[in-house]
Amino acid sequence: MSVKALYDYPIVPKDTVEQFHGNQLVFIGWDQHLMFCSPIALPLPPALPFAALVEQVLTDAYGQHPDFTRIDWSRVEWQLDGQPFTPNPVAGLRDNGIGHKSVIRFRTPGLNGIAGSGS
Amino acid sequence: MANNMVYLALQNNEDARPIIEAIAEDNPHATINHYPAMVKIDAPGRLTVKRASVEEKLGRDWDPQEIQINLISISGNVVESEEEFAVERLS
Amino acid sequence: MAKPMNMRDKYNRMTRDLGWEPSYQPKSKIYPQIEFEGIKIENWEQWEDPFRLTMDAYWKYQAEKERKLYAVIDSFAQNNGQLNVTDARYVNALKLFLTGISPAEYSAHRGFSMVGRAFPGVGAQVACQMQAVDELRHVQTQVHTISHYNKYFNGFQDFRHMHDRVWYLSVPKSFFEDAQTAGPFEFITAISFSFEYVLTNLLFMPFMSGAAFNGDMATVTFGFSAQSDEARHMTLGLEVIKFMLQQHPDNVPIVQRWIDKWFWRGYRLLSLVAMMMDYMLPKRVMSWKEAWEMYFEQNGGALFEDLARYGIRMPKYWEVSVQEKDHLSHQTWATFYNYGHAAAFHTWMPDAEEMAWLAAKYPDSFDRWYRPRYEHWIAQEKAGHRFYNPSLPMLCQTCQIPMLYTDMDDPTQVVYRSTEYQGEKYHFCSDGCKDIFEHEPEKYVQAWLPVHQIYQGHCGGATVPEVLNWYHLRDGQDNRDYLYSEDRQNWLRWKEASSQLETT
Repeated sequence: MSVKALYDYPIVPKDTVEQFHGNQLVFIGWDQHLMFCSPIALPLPPALPFAALVEQVLTDAYGQHPDFTRIDWSRVEWQLDGQPFTPNPVAGLRDNGIGHKSVIRFRTPGLNGIAGSGS
Repeated sequence: MANNMVYLALQNNEDARPIIEAIAEDNPHATINHYPAMVKIDAPGRLTVKRASVEEKLGRDWDPQEIQINLISISGNVVESEEEFAVERLS
Repeated sequence: MAKPMNMRDKYNRMTRDLGWEPSYQPKSKIYPQIEFEGIKIENWEQWEDPFRLTMDAYWKYQAEKERKLYAVIDSFAQNNGQLNVTDARYVNALKLFLTGISPAEYSAHRGFSMVGRAFPGVGAQVACQMQAVDELRHVQTQVHTISHYNKYFNGFQDFRHMHDRVWYLSVPKSFFEDAQTAGPFEFITAISFSFEYVLTNLLFMPFMSGAAFNGDMATVTFGFSAQSDEARHMTLGLEVIKFMLQQHPDNVPIVQRWIDKWFWRGYRLLSLVAMMMDYMLPKRVMSWKEAWEMYFEQNGGALFEDLARYGIRMPKYWEVSVQEKDHLSHQTWATFYNYGHAAAFHTWMPDAEEMAWLAAKYPDSFDRWYRPRYEHWIAQEKAGHRFYNPSLPMLCQTCQIPMLYTDMDDPTQVVYRSTEYQGEKYHFCSDGCKDIFEHEPEKYVQAWLPVHQIYQGHCGGATVPEVLNWYHLRDGQDNRDYLYSEDRQNWLRWKEASSQLETT
């Protein structure tokens, strides 16, 4: 369905990937850790190796949480754009199928936030 | 119809006091609740503010449209005339 | 001597009878905007004027309201009324109001000026013109009243500039711009009906009662002065809806869709009010949950029962709003606590007594889901590591709020919704926001989302200090925790000085 207008309504998406200076937008959410109020948004290089995402980016973003250092990365469950996902650590984001404005969710079984409250 | 409540909310100041008193007298089916700086008057079906009643308490001529100065909020369909200002919601 | 005209006749002579059938130009050229939305009006004469207010009466009563209001504001200023608020934390509610709501009043003024011109019916024109003047009066009275606080507290200094730039203020800004860029019938449904009738009590009553409970008589006064206009606005909203629904059956599905859209957009906007009521008032009036029950579930329920005869049902997803009432304020406040370094007002953790109030008002949610994180944050602050989220949030494409809303079957899970349009992905906080996008994607793909704009380099720079500078937000003064603020230091100093005066 389409917007009603008196003229030809121009379609001008504001967030196409070319507008991010070589980066792409990636959204990341750590399930059941709502001390971080919402998933986060990051501009990342498409070639960034997934391992670097985990070691640098996620550490910067989530390191303050008491659960973070307890994460067993071999047991983490990943989701990409709503589907179960097994990342290749040496491949870049793009090559892992993580596109512009993709959503990555990860779940850390057994770690359920502050006092198990999902925070 | 289950829910036909109406209400008037008025400022709780000296100007509005005679209006509130008039409403209380003319609408025995209404409940009056006081909140900070506000009086909320709820009733099923209809709330009527009668010019004659207000004038009697105020001690001067009163145009029902003057209620605009002290009105905060209403719920219901407005019915206005020279003699009264009312809100109603009939089943 | 001639008999004075009765109210009805006087009104008709001074308004309806001043209309005319144009003969120089076709009506379609004079009123070019009234067909494209698909709304069919057979007869504008059937418009019922609920308040028969002529301009002379309008000016008389409005002038009376202004005289009373400015006398109170003068007296407030002369008597240092700002010292009578419960404590300086309360003033942050006013910062939110001035930066978020007052510019929206101005947008409403512009919008009603536009629709007053766009509608061919005299009754509608008169009502819209009066409302346009009312809304301008509202923004003026708000600015005058709150300017007094600007002399003593931080965060008020550049509200207009901030409204156009600061991340959370894009929420009210985009709400009004969405309405203003719609056609006249949608605008008036959105603002007069959905906002000013269905939801107004959830904006004005909480702020104004909150002001009264917390000793801010200046705000109470402007609030009630404005609210007395709202009674007229509400009746306009109700009349508009009934008029459209009665004029043609084809209007019913269009109006229903607008009711659904604007209920949802308005409800999302009210997240800010929920957190204000439950967290920002040292003396609380009632909880968000209680307010939603009173003003939406009961009052709104009665309204929609009334409208059922025209073929209208309750707005889509209204049940979600009822489920969310146990969570909304806590999740929103936690978000502003997360981003307190980037907010132009202070944030803080509730004390033990306040947490007891929250637990009592929210027996099914507070202790289980929210107290644990608050206690953690309090411990962190005491240890010198007050928590601030180091990353920027993911925003909903439609309401532009961070994706902070959770699944009501599991409040530990964020709601994620997505769609694709012309090869691009778009994300939403809820089914309500997703539906709005999917109905008019062309409108929302061009949304100026603050986080994305920062990353595109349009907001002063790549670092938080540069962005705050671009916001005209003074780091260390306008933002961060109340505990370390200049506002609090000043407050303690003033209260001590005035209590010393009392004892001498």
